[in-house]
Amino acid sequence: MTALISAEGVEVRHGKAVAVQGVSLNIQKGEIVTIVGPNGSGKSTMLRALIGAIAPSKGRVRRAKGLRLGYVPQSLRIDSTLPMTVRRFLDLPVRVSDAAAQEALEAAGVAGVAQRQMVDLSGGQFQRVLLARAVMHGPDLLILDEPTQGLDQPGQAAFYRQIEEVRAKLGCAVLMVSHELHVVMSASDRVICLNGHICCEGTPEVVRAAPAYRELFGTGTGGALALYRHEHDHDHMHDHGHDHSHDHSHDHSHEAAE
Amino acid sequence: MLDDFLIRAALAGLGTALAAGLLGCFVVWRRMAYFGDATAHAAILGVALSLAFSVSVFAGVLAVALAMALILHRLEARGPEVNTVLGVLAHSALALGLVAVALIPGTRVDLDAYLFGDVLTVSRGDLAVIWGGGALVVGVLWWQWSRLLTATLSPDLAYAAGIDPRREQIILTLLLSLVVAVAIKVVGALLITALLIIPAAAARGFARTPEAMALVSMGLAGAAALIGLQSAIWFDTPVGPTIVCVAALSFAGSRLLGRSG
Repeated sequence: MTALISAEGVEVRHGKAVAVQGVSLNIQKGEIVTIVGPNGSGKSTMLRALIGAIAPSKGRVRRAKGLRLGYVPQSLRIDSTLPMTVRRFLDLPVRVSDAAAQEALEAAGVAGVAQRQMVDLSGGQFQRVLLARAVMHGPDLLILDEPTQGLDQPGQAAFYRQIEEVRAKLGCAVLMVSHELHVVMSASDRVICLNGHICCEGTPEVVRAAPAYRELFGTGTGGALALYRHEHDHDHMHDHGHDHSHDHSHDHSHEAAE
Repeated sequence: MLDDFLIRAALAGLGTALAAGLLGCFVVWRRMAYFGDATAHAAILGVALSLAFSVSVFAGVLAVALAMALILHRLEARGPEVNTVLGVLAHSALALGLVAVALIPGTRVDLDAYLFGDVLTVSRGDLAVIWGGGALVVGVLWWQWSRLLTATLSPDLAYAAGIDPRREQIILTLLLSLVVAVAIKVVGALLITALLIIPAAAARGFARTPEAMALVSMGLAGAAALIGLQSAIWFDTPVGPTIVCVAALSFAGSRLLGRSG
């Protein structure tokens, strides 16, 4: 199977400083891949190279022909001089029907905000609107750059659940960057640990056990993982229970990890 | 009809204002006001060169504004720490222009006309240039609207959607030079930026979407041009500054009446 997107020996420089080097990775159809790494490890740089915002100084990025990318940026500061309703935002850059917009907002868990101004949304709503826009055109690959920055822990857990739900519905591949690694790792098929270069990669268990990973992050993982599980359990109270979850291997993996 | 100098002045003011009102929204959204100022100041150098080489002022101003805008564009790409360099360039171009105009032998040039505009003397040819240039600005913005808006919102969102934000930035830079060249006859080099940012800033309070803001901005700019011209005749004041004063009043009004969001 050919990869949706792949990097081959990518090196990116910021001026003279090397941000990442020798990074090769590929994302296959339908898989969830998380890149973790400490601050300044080049995670966001790598994503920006993948979406074409930065040209690598060495190596290359290949995209499958006609690849539809959905991108959720790390942060989006809308200038206060720019009026922008949620509905109008979903029309960028290609206009969509009201029905499609409403469906995307519902899928992202923010059905009622279409007529609100973007700058008036809460952090969690804002990120969900970014998610709604990213899935608007049925992407093959959803790329999220630290999508839960600025959310509190229950908010993070809820947002990751939303991503899983959207992903289960669309069947798209997901590439996510995070430093909130324990929460994210549970939801991933594959984890890539980055610190200027790829330190280790594999399933969450493999990476968690890898010496290179422990060196970067230590071993105290219990609390955050418990939080994720706890929040995940609340799913039962809503109509979207476990019916979709068992098709991901990670649902079993984080049970095993504890 | 065009034989009446007042009609010509009104049309010139209106054409300039509509283009500036629309482009001004992007100048405000992208915080390019300083960029606009620098380009406009360089226009005086363009005036000096066109007089020295006996070419049309429009062509000279357009060429120099374009060169300045592209230099600034290159500099800005290197990051915010070049702000000082931008300031040096902008004001040097203005000073150099003023000196160069004085050095041109023979004719004594009325500099006020280029610094503050001289809309009462526009010819039919000027009108054609103003409306042609203005139409080009509005047309290109219309055509590129969604791409420009996406790139303005976030360069990375643009890249992910297959839009090159650097290309969109260059388009805006070129249009800005064109507006400077078109507007110098109407409001003068010193007040072009005012015509760009004041109507757009005034429109912000009345708009919930970018398109609404653009339309309100064009409307306010057009109204300011016509009311400003009329007031200038009543009070016997210079037209360009009077137009800007009317626009400033509309801004004050929008602050009192409008509510953002």
